[in-house]
Amino acid sequence: MDLSTFLQQLVNGASLGSMYALIAIGYTMVYGVLRLINFAHGDIMMVGAFLTYFAVSFKFPFEAAVALAIFGSIVVGILTDKIAYKPLRNAPKISLLITAIGISFFLENLFNVLFGGVPRAFSAPEYLSKVMHFNGIYMPVTVVIIPIMTVIILASLLWILYRTKYGMAIRALAFDIPTVKLMGINADSIISIVFALGSALAAIGGIFYAVSYPSIDPLMGIIVGLKAFAAAVLGGIGSVTGAVLGGFILGFTEIFVVALFPELGGYKDAFAFFFLILVLLFRPTGIMGEDLERSRF
Amino acid sequence: MLEIKNLQVYYGVIAAVRGIDMHIKRGEIVTLIGSNGAGKTSTLNALVNSVKKSGRVIFEGRNISTHPTHKIVREGIALVPEGRRVFINLSVEENLRMGAFNNDENFERLRGRMYELFPRLYDKREQMAGTLSGGEQQMLAIARALMSEPKLLMLDEPSLGLAPRIVGELFEVIAELKKSFPILLVEQNAFAALSIADYGYVLENGIISLEGESEKLEGNDDVRKRYLGV
Repeated sequence: MDLSTFLQQLVNGASLGSMYALIAIGYTMVYGVLRLINFAHGDIMMVGAFLTYFAVSFKFPFEAAVALAIFGSIVVGILTDKIAYKPLRNAPKISLLITAIGISFFLENLFNVLFGGVPRAFSAPEYLSKVMHFNGIYMPVTVVIIPIMTVIILASLLWILYRTKYGMAIRALAFDIPTVKLMGINADSIISIVFALGSALAAIGGIFYAVSYPSIDPLMGIIVGLKAFAAAVLGGIGSVTGAVLGGFILGFTEIFVVALFPELGGYKDAFAFFFLILVLLFRPTGIMGEDLERSRF
Repeated sequence: MLEIKNLQVYYGVIAAVRGIDMHIKRGEIVTLIGSNGAGKTSTLNALVNSVKKSGRVIFEGRNISTHPTHKIVREGIALVPEGRRVFINLSVEENLRMGAFNNDENFERLRGRMYELFPRLYDKREQMAGTLSGGEQQMLAIARALMSEPKLLMLDEPSLGLAPRIVGELFEVIAELKKSFPILLVEQNAFAALSIADYGYVLENGIISLEGESEKLEGNDDVRKRYLGV
């Protein structure tokens, strides 16, 4: 592999990793506060892509469509919590998990029934469809823009988590819900903020995905969602930086294994789960994770 | 200021608190003493509605019996929970910030006051609360509760697991706080509690077996035998 190919694949890996990272954050944050693997989270990404698609087809400018889609996905995310998960706050965790799988099926099939399962072409605005080339490297604008945007978004998220009182409450909630309430904090509204942040990031990930692989369908969230989940576990579920790390590791691995061993191309979706199995076997808490139950007090 | 009428707490069919009445007046430290399992912590948790209960809780003339926990705290009741429960993954300063969650405008002023009250917290303000010693965590838990500028402070076993010298320091601070607001002090360490309290209740198997001015309780034979070990 010569240098220019290497650089090109590096950027591709960063771009794919960004999408996984953005979606993985939602898994890890919800797990942090509710100890729930929110399997409906991958579908929020699909909702984000579809809402953008519809807003664009209603002649909204692309940027406005993105803003609307993010807002819509936040609403869907908060509603799933309020309607499906909130009544189960004191129920066994397994009930919560089964409900999450149910919500996932519900969203997928709702969009399937309403809009049909045929993949739709997603038309990105012209400035995002350009291909740049310098020194013999050709790459779509998106693969450069996506990692840059992702870094900005992650920096904002970390700022919220570590510099605002709401972020502190989110971190406190992960360890001790009853005591958070004793601070006069409405724990449910903090949980809503968590769902809002996670859903917004998933929607952005979904839009990035739709722009990069310009076709969307109601089931697009399943495999990407599962891979992002694997990335979250790889990085250490409950840790935001871990989710980002896991996302990028997964993105780079997928791109580079296929680039170096093209005959393995057909197995590229399997790497995530290969990692998942390895992590669960040898380091169940992931790279950055700690045993939340043990370190609680 | 706080009136508790016929408070009952059940865990399933097991009664932890079986109908107690209490009264806390302005300017007082009231202590609730009793042995392990008498229902002291259940009583406090019931007051802030973090366990299911029946009975009436009247605070400043308002019935707050059915308020959710965070609203009761916003009404002006702060509880320092048993076992301190500082947020171990947050720094000392962030813990204080959480205490002032609904009191943004006074955060910086109060933070300064807390560091005066507990100078040791100032030295460790950037450290994770989980790295503090037990006594320091208890100071932080109290400081955190004070950040909401409560009208009533409730303390659940602040002396638990602390060295006698630290307990003495802590109780001096608690006695000092009485000037600002009334305090409900739940303690197993009856001797320390009665020494700073104005009024005391003795809880036994979920009912109040005895109550009175703390000097009288200290002189009571029954109390001396059972709780003061004399």
